[in-house]
Amino acid sequence: MAEKVGIYVCHCGSNIAQTVDCEEVARWAGANIKDVAVARDYKFMCSSLGQQMIEEDIKKEGLTRVVVAACSPHLHEKTFRRACENAGLNPYLLQMTNIREHVSWVTVEKDAGTAKAKALISASAERVKLQKPLEPMYVDVNPATLVVGGGIAGLQAALELADAGYKVYLVEREPSIGGHMAQFDKTFPTLDCSACILTPKMSEAGQHENITLLTYSELEEVSGSVGNFKVKIRKKARYVDEEACTGCGICMEKCPRKVVDTEFEAGLGYRKAIYSPFPQAVPRIPVLDTESCIYFTRGKCQVCSKVCPTDAIRYEQEDEILEVEVGNIIMATGWKLFDCNSIPQYGYGRLANVYTNMEFERLCNAAGPTNGKIVLRDGKTEPKSVAIIHCVGSRDTKYNAHCSSVCCMAALKFGHLVLEKTDAEVYSFYIDMRTNQKQYEEFYQRLLEEGMHFVRGKVAEVTDAARLPSEQGKLIVQAEDTLLGKQKRYPVDMVILMGALEPQADAKEVGLKCGISCSMAGWYTERHPKLDPVATMTDGIFVAGVCQGPKDIPASVAQGAAAAARVQGMITKGRVMIEPIVASIDEEACSGCRICNNMCPFNAIEYDEQKQVSRVITALCKGCGTCVAACPAEAISGAHFNNNQIFAEIEGALWDAISGGGSGNGQSGVEPSPEPEPEEEPTPA
Amino acid sequence: MSESTFEPKIVGFLCNWCSYRAADLAGSARIKYAPNVRIIRVMCSGRVDPSFVLKALSMGADGVMIAGCHPGECHYVDQNYKTMRRYHMLKATLEAMGIEPDRVQLVWASAAEGELLASSINKLVEDVRKLGPLNWPGNWEEDGERLKALEDIAKEHEEAMEVQP
Repeated sequence: MAEKVGIYVCHCGSNIAQTVDCEEVARWAGANIKDVAVARDYKFMCSSLGQQMIEEDIKKEGLTRVVVAACSPHLHEKTFRRACENAGLNPYLLQMTNIREHVSWVTVEKDAGTAKAKALISASAERVKLQKPLEPMYVDVNPATLVVGGGIAGLQAALELADAGYKVYLVEREPSIGGHMAQFDKTFPTLDCSACILTPKMSEAGQHENITLLTYSELEEVSGSVGNFKVKIRKKARYVDEEACTGCGICMEKCPRKVVDTEFEAGLGYRKAIYSPFPQAVPRIPVLDTESCIYFTRGKCQVCSKVCPTDAIRYEQEDEILEVEVGNIIMATGWKLFDCNSIPQYGYGRLANVYTNMEFERLCNAAGPTNGKIVLRDGKTEPKSVAIIHCVGSRDTKYNAHCSSVCCMAALKFGHLVLEKTDAEVYSFYIDMRTNQKQYEEFYQRLLEEGMHFVRGKVAEVTDAARLPSEQGKLIVQAEDTLLGKQKRYPVDMVILMGALEPQADAKEVGLKCGISCSMAGWYTERHPKLDPVATMTDGIFVAGVCQGPKDIPASVAQGAAAAARVQGMITKGRVMIEPIVASIDEEACSGCRICNNMCPFNAIEYDEQKQVSRVITALCKGCGTCVAACPAEAISGAHFNNNQIFAEIEGALWDAISGGGSGNGQSGVEPSPEPEPEEEPTPA
Repeated sequence: MSESTFEPKIVGFLCNWCSYRAADLAGSARIKYAPNVRIIRVMCSGRVDPSFVLKALSMGADGVMIAGCHPGECHYVDQNYKTMRRYHMLKATLEAMGIEPDRVQLVWASAAEGELLASSINKLVEDVRKLGPLNWPGNWEEDGERLKALEDIAKEHEEAMEVQP
């Protein structure tokens, strides 16, 4: 039985109609495409009247297939699928033709636009006839959630979910939650004490009945799919029994081994071999660093074990692999600091008084190694002048093209702290000042009034080679003041490099474990840069915080909360629809060659040893179709994108070439062709 | 037909997640490009069976574009690497068949690279325009002799392969 196709051409006001003759296209489709029962054009197909038109035609004319030529399917496919469903037609018997984004908005000539629209509609019409009704599949959503990363974004997400009454597993790689924010002294622009606003959240997360904290742990493996993920977590050996330890801290006090703390104190302070990164750490349970521990390196000592009042030290402890089952995952893995050593002309690592931004955060932190005194590396001299260099490793095509987004404000904060705590002059070397959030510009104005000096220009070099007596013993910052158009030398005592925010070194690797992708730079890719900045392309996996792109604390918190809201939505709904666009294998046709087995990155194809055929595990299949293309026996079929459907689409798209239509794109489609149906050509393969 | 009026017909296979969205973005940003590419959406560039390309060419397309996410950014983890491998095999086959390599091009465009996709389309259209029409179906129809010659080759080959008793 021939199908009855309805074709609907949308004007989208004048968005489409300006470069596509919609009336002509509808008339042409009705006259020339086989099996078309109805072809109409309308001002706004997505309006309720437009949808009603389709619904009525399905009911009255008995349409069995629908083509809507309008905007991108990514915008309105759902709308029109719903319209079809309302009228009793299976939603997968609809095909959308993108004649707005792909035609009218990108084409100059109306003739060419009209011809292209005809070809695309012809393609859709040929394809839609072969489309099959599909039933969406539903799976139940496990209400537990995994949050990866215990920085402010992950904390916020975990707390939102836990407060709503849902179970959360919070995994953190470091011994304590808190992330980078725990290292800061003040936060811009309000100058809130960072610890004062963060630590309540940390302890709340630590004590929350719905949160299982897994610190000093890493993501090992993720399997399953939305609603039902199985996650393996490596719980690294702390060498401390978490049940027995009370967090009294005597072991840390008595440990004879002192090492430079390159993590929390950014190399400015010391910690013991058994340590907790900072006094407010959550949990308070220390971690034993085997690389510096005297017992582990030389076989003698065991002081910590001897002094522990609860006998909680376990030298024989090993890494543990925990398995948890969750319905959704929120990735909030944060960032790492740009390696300032890689710009040698700025002298970091060579000139003592060149600091990175994270070092300076610790230096001015009241709980830091100098108790908040801003002094040079000698530990006593207060600087008389400080230079702050912006965009170190950001906005520089040699290192990172991106703007790290927080450094301008952090530099202003540093400027304020130096001016407040010392008598030093502060020079800021910037490319552009970016202060575009609430109260940020006002903070910039405040610093201008406080007397911070701003030099617009990129610094060429930081050197200790003095040319003038006044430069003796100083660091000289050589920069062009682009507002004056002059090269100048600024002798200062201290230089702070505003190092870039970079993706975690293993962001790609971790992303791969849960099937989410990174941008070229290494930030996790969100589903849509504007309209869906928290979901990812993989259902059930969300992103929050800097791992998705540089952002400040308020934005990280907002994104963490947004991700939690999305997860809550999934949990409340209880089940999730899975597009039925999946592959299936015809066991009769399968030769058991197993070529497809290695094609699938989701392990959705299993091999039946007994029957010697491969089989698709529908719940795991994501519908990419790579196995379909690979099968030499054409035994695999991809629902909604099978070979016949795509072949028909190709034929339809080339209707004018097949029927010997004109070669000019401008003219080809204008004359109605007497025979739009393609002749069957053998495929040379 | 004269060179100046030749408008190539090109079929583009674009992956749902990156390059199709790049084409959407090019539209939203009103970037104008050549109207010659007729876009077919597939879920992943890994779905592009080499026979799709051959089908398009045999149906009268003068060129084909395959576009996917950048290597390492595939929505389906690493399927675009498989596309890449197939593409190189396909190119070798096409070359053996006497089809100029520039007629089939593989492009990586992320969802944020509307401009890149538009310029890749323009480049492809210009490259194919320079090569002229492929006219593959036409060649078959017009030249019965060639078909016969092809059949003869197959026959000769068969005979040569026959095992003598």
